[in-house]
Amino acid sequence: MKDLNSVRLEFPSLSANEGFARGAVACFAAQLDMTLTELGDVKTAVSEAVTNCIVHAYPDSIGTVYMRVRIVDPETLEIQIKDKGRGIEDVEKAREPLFTTGGDDRGGMGFTIMESFMDSVKVRSKVGAGTTVTMRKRVEKRLKQR
Amino acid sequence: MKLTTSFEAGRLTLALAGELDHHEAKGLMRELEDRLEMSLPRDCVLDLTELKFMDSSGIAMILRLYKRMNDMGGRLFVQHVQSQPMRVLDASGIDRIIEITA
Repeated sequence: MKDLNSVRLEFPSLSANEGFARGAVACFAAQLDMTLTELGDVKTAVSEAVTNCIVHAYPDSIGTVYMRVRIVDPETLEIQIKDKGRGIEDVEKAREPLFTTGGDDRGGMGFTIMESFMDSVKVRSKVGAGTTVTMRKRVEKRLKQR
Repeated sequence: MKLTTSFEAGRLTLALAGELDHHEAKGLMRELEDRLEMSLPRDCVLDLTELKFMDSSGIAMILRLYKRMNDMGGRLFVQHVQSQPMRVLDASGIDRIIEITA
């Protein structure tokens, strides 16, 4: 099926772009009839995924973060965040709460937050080649208010 | 991100305004620790009235603050948490060890 609408963005893995990335997704998502809570959930998940690219995929260098946002159907938003960085050795382990390789200032809660705020989170990763995270958020159907 | 601090009767209040993510947390934790060391408070209040957004970087920061206060024999209270940051804190389960109020 053809996408209803989609947008692609790429940017260097600078932490200053974390705010830009979640803000851009929120602007695009405004086309869907989302509640503020749903929009907050999407922004949070994007912030986690982009931070993972910056902290874990490209730990000692600046690489490119690729983001694609699309409206799959009038009730579903899909966000794909991809890097060509280090990759994850054990995806199952990385998804466990509190597991982190990021040291004291990271809590190991990134994937846990993505999973609890989005309806689905898929992770594909290859060591040395990079990681792709694909997340979907379904908008709760509500009665249209005039 | 803006940090405002006040100290009164052994109680240090740290008020955060803006958005707290990994980018902002990098410098902020150091600053918070400096304020703790300077005033050595009995109680620490993290006032999140003006914090509009927080991701898991905030969880790590609050946990560190909690450990610091614990080491000093003091207590940490997280207060006036807005709706989006509250969802993040709820998902993390840290309300089981730290007193968090909306």
